[in-house]
Amino acid sequence: MITLNINKKTHRVDADPNTPLLWVLRDIIGLVGTKYGCGVAQCGACVVHLDGEAVRSCVTKISRAQGKKVVTIEGLSETNSHPLQKAWLDLDVSQCGYCQAGQIMSAAVLLRENKNPSEQDIDDAMAGNICRCGTYLRIREAIQLAAKDQKNG
Amino acid sequence: MEKNNTDYSRRAFLRASALAGGGLMIHFSSLASLVLPKNGEAVVSEQWSELNGYIKITPDNLIKLICPNPEFGQNVMTSLPMIVAEELDVDWKQVVVEMGPHDNVKLGSQFTGGSNSMRMYWRPLREAGATARQMLMQAAAQSWEVVLEDLTTKAGIIYHEKSGKKGSYGEFASKAAGIAVPKGVKFKAVKDFSVVRSSRKNVEGAKIISGKPLFGLDYTHPGMQIAMIQHPPAFGMKLKSFDASQALKMPGIKDVFSMKLYEDGFEQGGFDVRSFNELLVVVGKTTWEVMNARKKLVVEWMPAGDTKNTVGGRGGKREVVVPGELEDTDAQHTKMREYAAKPAQQLRKDGDPETAFKNAAQIIERTYTAPFLAHNCMEPMNFFAHVTAEKALLVGPLQAPGWTEPTLMKVLNLPADKIEIQMTRMGGGFGRRAYGHYLVEAALISRKVKAPVKLIYTREDDTTYGIYRPMYTATYRAALDADKKLIGFHLKGGGIPEHAVHANRFPAGAIDNYLAEGWQIASNITVGAFRAPGSNFAAAAEQSFLDELAEAMGKDPIDFRLELLKRAKDKPVGRNNDYNADRYAAVLQLVKEKSDWNGADHGKYSRGVAAYFCHSSYAAHVVDMVIRDGQPYVERVFSAVDCGIVINPDAAANMVQGAVVDGIGNSLYGGLTHKAGVVEESNFHKYRIIRMHEAPKKIEVTFVQNEIDPTGLGEPPFPPVFGAVASALYKATGKRFYQQPFLLTRPGLPSA
Ligand code: FES
Ligand code: FES
Repeated sequence: MITLNINKKTHRVDADPNTPLLWVLRDIIGLVGTKYGCGVAQCGACVVHLDGEAVRSCVTKISRAQGKKVVTIEGLSETNSHPLQKAWLDLDVSQCGYCQAGQIMSAAVLLRENKNPSEQDIDDAMAGNICRCGTYLRIREAIQLAAKDQKNG
Repeated sequence: MEKNNTDYSRRAFLRASALAGGGLMIHFSSLASLVLPKNGEAVVSEQWSELNGYIKITPDNLIKLICPNPEFGQNVMTSLPMIVAEELDVDWKQVVVEMGPHDNVKLGSQFTGGSNSMRMYWRPLREAGATARQMLMQAAAQSWEVVLEDLTTKAGIIYHEKSGKKGSYGEFASKAAGIAVPKGVKFKAVKDFSVVRSSRKNVEGAKIISGKPLFGLDYTHPGMQIAMIQHPPAFGMKLKSFDASQALKMPGIKDVFSMKLYEDGFEQGGFDVRSFNELLVVVGKTTWEVMNARKKLVVEWMPAGDTKNTVGGRGGKREVVVPGELEDTDAQHTKMREYAAKPAQQLRKDGDPETAFKNAAQIIERTYTAPFLAHNCMEPMNFFAHVTAEKALLVGPLQAPGWTEPTLMKVLNLPADKIEIQMTRMGGGFGRRAYGHYLVEAALISRKVKAPVKLIYTREDDTTYGIYRPMYTATYRAALDADKKLIGFHLKGGGIPEHAVHANRFPAGAIDNYLAEGWQIASNITVGAFRAPGSNFAAAAEQSFLDELAEAMGKDPIDFRLELLKRAKDKPVGRNNDYNADRYAAVLQLVKEKSDWNGADHGKYSRGVAAYFCHSSYAAHVVDMVIRDGQPYVERVFSAVDCGIVINPDAAANMVQGAVVDGIGNSLYGGLTHKAGVVEESNFHKYRIIRMHEAPKKIEVTFVQNEIDPTGLGEPPFPPVFGAVASALYKATGKRFYQQPFLLTRPGLPSA
């Protein structure tokens, strides 16, 4: 049994400690907002926060998540009130939408660390997240909009 | 002239109306109050009155619009219902949208692909909205005992001005549902549109950014098992034997078995393509457990040799031999060069091209190639199936339910009314999910293990046994006379396993002496539609060639194209020219103006231009490239598009931007290669997908404003990007690029 703290709730799961967090979230706990895209740390669809750090849950064993706080897209805000979520809706960023949870989770860490990211900062921070639909321009713009929103309270 | 693609049949709608008019599925109960929560999700209600397949209304005026076509990011789930809302005359804020089930009778063909949705549904959906509005008004007229002509509507309310009476649609919905469907109902004038042509946000936007279960991979079901398929390591191989004893000992594993997808002699329809027919299947409790157990399989594979497929559909039933060869990319190139030198099938001929080339003062000849491409949908292929002897439930991502259902009926031996297909939101499609073999696989696995099953392809599965974009080549030749006038044009294209020659497209019709030919090489590598099939290569090659030709003739590349288009309009050569020269020229003129093409100084940018017409819409791009640290980047793009009436302008711009990014990515980096039949790029560490820092800073999209019935947008903006990028690369580096992907290696400047 491994105890996980996910979105402020405690879950006790019966799984091999080597199981990637991604599959425990999706198959065992039923939080499917975190997506599978590649399984090899290449696409960013599976990004979650582990004690505030962006990690790729497809290569993060649950043994490593034990005793840490996991936040998934479902726990980012309760009412889509995170500045990034608001900006995403404002700019209607999504196409298919499959990559967007991972994009937002990566961007959330950037925005916490860097209140005023330049285009270059954004490109650097987001290089690990693929969007096959090509919504990159809107993602960039949404992060900037969220930064502004965050500054203005 | 341009083919009229907008006037698709209305039969589906009329059939739907007839059923609805007959009182099908009308249910309403007490007047429980319904709230529309802020997040846009409607409370489930039992009291919907169905006016036709697309429209349901509750007594308290909640309007539900049903989207017929599966959503894969092209935003049909928003834009199709917008058309209904427009003619129904309701406030968009009142509306909730729901994805319809598979129901070809009530909801039309339901095919997402070929940039078809708008083209096919524009009229039926207008009719659905306008007819339902009229039925509601008739119901009000009867209740109020007034004449229909005195009634007006606005935002879901019916008014009788003379008496001051008014009532919501909801009040009359149940009565209206029983009214005979009126015929010949008038549509709104385009100038009166208030929903269509104004930007509306994605109806699932909020669900997407909060991680709600929307996709096939998110679907779950009580008692559901997970299944994966172990496929041969190479095209041209098949299963010889396997030992599952170790795999079966792994935790969570229920079963390992092999099975056939199609029985021998099964007559495949055009969309029954599948890479391998003999499936080795692992079934277990969770995804991770099945992935691990699959690695423990001990399998022997053997060369498949030449095999026979029975193919039906267009062209009648016939046997097709699939060669057994283990293919190599280098050998594929060699073979293509051999075939290119042989005589080919003539596809179009105007005038006397042989003499033109014989008399030419100068001949320019260039050969272009492009690799296989994998679709790389972000959500890998998957499908849920629960099949029993009596019925089947299938849920997942699928572009063409209407094409897969007949296959399921045959394979499962079940009638259509016992097969329920639900389409989830798709994490991308790009043509890949028109091929429903993975759904049939899931169904057979479920039947075999007698349990609900979700079949999952890993990323590696998805990439290494796909239905790819074919490998293409084309040689273009132009004959110039002593005055550098274009007197002859010759296109000879080929591919594995098919060519991409569209013989009647521009510049056919603009050149007196014209010849188009095609050839193809059989292969065991499975191919299918990929975002603008054929066009995505044809545009790349042709537009690059026209750029080089313009230069050789000392002309501006846009002016040169405009001259050809003028000729095609004033004095068209030949027949069946598959484009409208005016609309084609208009997007070029528009992009010329928006990009300030003739402006003296474009600073650091190297510019390339291209235009194309396919799937009934016109697109032109100017791309501005810079070289940074020895790498080319497209920084700015100007796009001009004519797709007729633009239903949802901001979402349409998003589509064009996405197509531009996709085009830049695939032209510079995209490609799938083989070594002894094995796909070499198994996952994103090798298959390079464009990333954010490689995407432009700005893509400015302008639509031609007209009142032509809308056509599609998923594909048309994609093909010309390749040509524009190639020409910009030439400007930036002084070298012409003929082989895609243009950047074969990561570091250093690309080699020509
Ligand atoms: S699924 Fe984890 S990075 Fe792609
Ligand atoms: S929106 Fe489709 S992959 Fe990003």
